[in-house]
Amino acid sequence: MRRQRRLARDLWFRFLIYVAAVVALLPLSLVLAYTISNGWRAAMQPDFYLHFERPEGIPGAGVQHAIVGTLELVGMASLLAIPVGIVVGTHLAEYRQHRWATWVRLAGDVLVGTPSIAIGLFAYALLVAPFHHFSALSGAGALAVLMLPVVMRTTEGALLLVPVGLREAGLALGLPRWRVALQLMLRAAAPGVVTGALLAVARAAGETAPLLFTSFGNRRLVFNPAEPMQALPLTVFHNALTPYKDLEDQAWGAALLLVVLVLIVNLASRFALRRQLALAGRGTS
Amino acid sequence: MEQLQAVIQPPALRAVPGATRTKLKVERVSFYYERFKALQDISLEIPERRVTALIGPSGCGKSTLLRIFNRMYDLVPGSRAEGRVILDEATDIVTTHDLLGLRRRVGMVFQRPSPFPMSIYDNVAFAPRLLGWPRRRVEETVERSLRDAALWDEVKDRLKSPGVALSGGQQQRMSIARCLAVNPEVILMDEPASALDPVATLKIEDLMSRLAERYTIVVVTHNMQQAGRVADYTAFMLMDPVQRFGELVEFGPTVELFNRPRDQRTEDYITGRFG
Ligand SMILES: Nc1ncnc2c1ncn2[C@@H]1O[C@H](COP(=O)(O)OP(=O)(O)OP(=O)(O)O)[C@@H](O)[C@H]1O
Ligand SMILES: [Mg+2]
Repeated sequence: MRRQRRLARDLWFRFLIYVAAVVALLPLSLVLAYTISNGWRAAMQPDFYLHFERPEGIPGAGVQHAIVGTLELVGMASLLAIPVGIVVGTHLAEYRQHRWATWVRLAGDVLVGTPSIAIGLFAYALLVAPFHHFSALSGAGALAVLMLPVVMRTTEGALLLVPVGLREAGLALGLPRWRVALQLMLRAAAPGVVTGALLAVARAAGETAPLLFTSFGNRRLVFNPAEPMQALPLTVFHNALTPYKDLEDQAWGAALLLVVLVLIVNLASRFALRRQLALAGRGTS
Repeated sequence: MEQLQAVIQPPALRAVPGATRTKLKVERVSFYYERFKALQDISLEIPERRVTALIGPSGCGKSTLLRIFNRMYDLVPGSRAEGRVILDEATDIVTTHDLLGLRRRVGMVFQRPSPFPMSIYDNVAFAPRLLGWPRRRVEETVERSLRDAALWDEVKDRLKSPGVALSGGQQQRMSIARCLAVNPEVILMDEPASALDPVATLKIEDLMSRLAERYTIVVVTHNMQQAGRVADYTAFMLMDPVQRFGELVEFGPTVELFNRPRDQRTEDYITGRFG
């Protein structure tokens, strides 16, 4: 009797776990499958990568300008957000109990939850309106604001996971606190920090809202960060709204490219994590 | 008692009381974690170039006392020391403002080795490099420290491999080398061998005895046999059963403390009659 009940219960819970797995995986696989099947056609054309936009109806248009733009925008945002985020995160971990740290932490958490369109608007007011000119730089600024709290909090979290013994051992050698924090603790926390930075990059690469009225978009290939610049999410956004079939295809192609890009960054972060865990002798996970 | 006497043969030559000058003079030290008083009125004189052991049951404040000697307690918010610890008849450790200088003179080896996440060479070279020493001097320091820590022969062919790849005992000797690299005068060790197997433990003990020719060593140990084997002097501490602070019961040459304890509580403890 008892045994049967236990078995039935076991079966029931197992069933629940499978259901949960399907619920979690279904949207992901649907999105992937749909994007692949729709984006495939555009993404297989070499022109797609080699050309920028052409007037509607003229064949051979591509998203080269958007690819370059995304790389440049995210690159600039990373240069701004990652170093600052790491330093602030290290500071938070080091002065854990400080009243000031609590406020910074709270600000970071609020920022993570802030709608990205609001961040875009903020960047517009601060970096676009005064200059009467859309620019990639303002877009990068918006993306940096978006990335900053992620980098900051993951850095802090990674540092808190480092055994206290390491810190004590460093300080016991008569080394200044900040050197121990930056050169010893941060090195031990590197896997977590790298992962956090890459996740922030992946997040920034996929954002549309902060770019709408900052970087704005551009039909041609530009490198100058003072000019408006195209990005893959903007291509998706604009082209998907047009009634033209080939532009719609391009939107799907750009979406597929974006998904693949983010997937690669995510995988890279896992790889980095594993490699550095192995280096730190903490085994793989 | 007879049995213990047979086991314990302290390093007789070096254990002449009063033969060297005092390195650390502990004067009426009390210690608080917030409101909690962890140590009460401790006074003792730790002689230069000898091994001094701190023994006593768990929680009696051995680590706390040790961490006063290099001000590691500064890391614990709300902790406070009273009294004086005079280093070399000159500096008061409790009130000094030169923390970094103090910790360079008074090094520490912990129970867990905590290898830095870098190569064996870089582990030892880490502090010298940060101190801005020239390359040549760093190189010499690394080799000398590893030799002094009795690790050189085992690692000289793989200095580039990560420190974590070493065995527990080797890691502990690497920690000792790391500590020696900054030329300390005093080395504090908090149960340095308690996580090691007997062979590795013996190596560490052997090392302690040899290092005592040049350094002042203070070692916390749970293992009374170990105190008997390596320590010239031993301090026995106990927690006051009512007030719960730790106090010094007896301090003296290890031979005398083990063979002719003056205090009944010391005798109870070393003969194993203590709870
Ligand atoms: N960071 C701390 N905050 C508050 N109390 C502490 C702290 N560290 C130690 N104590 C307390 O101080 C007392 C002495 O602790 P200590 O670690 O010095 O003992 P010990 O003799 O080293 O013990 P063990 O042999 O178990 O290592 C204990 O009652 C302990 O609970
Ligand atoms: Mg202890």
